[in-house]
Amino acid sequence: MRDFWRSFSQNRGAVLGLLLMVGLIILAVTADIAAPFSPIEQYRDAFLAPPVWMEGGSFRYVLGTDDVGRDILSRLIFGARLSLMIGFMVVALALSVGTTLGLAAAFAGGIVDIVIMRLMDVILVFPSLLLAIVIVAILGPGLFNAMLAVSVVILPSYTRLVRASALSELARDYVKATRSAGAGTLRLMFAVVLPNCLAPLIVQASLGFSNAILDAAALGFLGLGAQPPTPEWGTMLAGALQYYQRAWWVLAFPGLSILITVLAFNLFGDGLRDALDPKLKR
Amino acid sequence: MLRFLLGRVTLILPTFVCVTLASFLLIHAVPGDPIEVRVGEHGIAPERLAMLRHQFGLDQPLWKQFLDYETQLAHGDLGNSVVTHASVWDEFLTLFPATVELGVCALIFALVVGLPLGVIAAVRRGTAFDYGLMGVSVTGASMPIFWWGLMVILVFSVFLGWTPVSGRIGDAFFVEPWSGFMLIDSWYSDDEGAVWSALTHLILPTIVLGTVPLATIARMTRSSMLEVLGDDFIRTARAKGLSPLRVVVVHALRNALIPVVTVVGLQVGGLMGGAILTETIFAWPGIGHWLVEAIQRRDYPVLQGGTLVIAVLVMAVNLGVDVTYGFLNPRIRK
Repeated sequence: MRDFWRSFSQNRGAVLGLLLMVGLIILAVTADIAAPFSPIEQYRDAFLAPPVWMEGGSFRYVLGTDDVGRDILSRLIFGARLSLMIGFMVVALALSVGTTLGLAAAFAGGIVDIVIMRLMDVILVFPSLLLAIVIVAILGPGLFNAMLAVSVVILPSYTRLVRASALSELARDYVKATRSAGAGTLRLMFAVVLPNCLAPLIVQASLGFSNAILDAAALGFLGLGAQPPTPEWGTMLAGALQYYQRAWWVLAFPGLSILITVLAFNLFGDGLRDALDPKLKR
Repeated sequence: MLRFLLGRVTLILPTFVCVTLASFLLIHAVPGDPIEVRVGEHGIAPERLAMLRHQFGLDQPLWKQFLDYETQLAHGDLGNSVVTHASVWDEFLTLFPATVELGVCALIFALVVGLPLGVIAAVRRGTAFDYGLMGVSVTGASMPIFWWGLMVILVFSVFLGWTPVSGRIGDAFFVEPWSGFMLIDSWYSDDEGAVWSALTHLILPTIVLGTVPLATIARMTRSSMLEVLGDDFIRTARAKGLSPLRVVVVHALRNALIPVVTVVGLQVGGLMGGAILTETIFAWPGIGHWLVEAIQRRDYPVLQGGTLVIAVLVMAVNLGVDVTYGFLNPRIRK
């Protein structure tokens, strides 16, 4: 663990990612206190107020207001809560289903293996955003369905990863020893083999977080994800389309928030991979 | 080699059948009967509904319907749009060149900029240039391109007024759609203004769609070059007294390219996803724009047919990459 931290902390990008992540999590948890206003309260005296440093801006609305007078900063802070929740739920779902399927494929082999892996191949053949769009088109637009769609789309990477590492672990002696000591299949799967496959999974989960946030925001932008007035970042962008030429700040800040969040998880994930993967160690 | 080729093709067949099954189930998973979807909000008499259901084979068992669907596909029939009543396949063919034009330009842009940057970063490893480029490329790879596109429009089209906001060519020009590729068609129209107009319309979408591949290619080239530069044959080449440029470009880059090319080939699916967003933002009349409109109009046959064709294309490209790779690298050909 100390070894891991030493190699992780040498990577400046990864530490920056971690700091950004921690900051975002704190903001998301304390949104009720941190945000100056309610995210859906409309202030009739300030439509499209510019941010504080521009002419006509005020400290009351630091990042300005949107077309119906909602404070953008407050919406962004509540949006952080939403985005982190989306990332967490999507990864948790894909991770648990993917792990189970991958372990099942590796342990059962034969027809079960073939069916599961062909199914994953089929998912992989569709461009991920297109497949997510199609799934949402079937289920109907909404935040929950968008999260479900994104989970399905990122499922194959977890299944394949778990299957591959489980297969290589299954050939090791300690697994044979545990099996001959009388351990049941379920115990072998989850208590013996799985802990040894965790390192690549953790990296994939961290990178999956950023994909999930990005795809969910893209669905929101296309009008298929969270619906207004939910302060989801992608949905906010879609709402800003009609007047962004007059008020650039309504467009700029939600996108910047998506970029920073995705960047934080990518930097963190890259750092994790370099620190956990002994092959890349110098 | 032939065995390897046959093996890959047989491996892809079950996937192909599963993909058609998935696309068949898509239309059945949509709430409501396909006929009712087709009729829309006008409503229909029950007798006529039963007749139509019989006519379209919807009263048959599901497996029979699937077999019929496969036969229909084998004849190249993807059904008709609910909105325009035109054949989905014909609409696809009309719009596809626009997407290919955009995708190819984006890929060329990503390669032309990304490869040299990756090479320079690898050669100048540990310098400010290297760190700067890696910082920029991880940002590029994290970019929400639907936002990036809008910001680029805001700066270059709205504030600076350098480029048009959307579309493929100015309203003032009429170009005979001969190949479907606006650059080629406008070139043959002998109208200099038309070529210029097509170019200025193309440049922003190209940059936006090319951003993520550019970042990926630069990173990939850098790490692949670093690996190759540490090899013995590079030291030998250097020891022979070859110029540094020759060592890097001829000896190292050629060997570093194989993984990069593979990654580029496998980006096609991602490029299609990016095209959906880019085309929506720039009102680019291609496949992505068409599919998003199909969702808004609840035009399920278009969504079904378009998705199926794209999936088959991605499969074909992946197979092509696989085969090329096996051709280049005999070690994986077993």
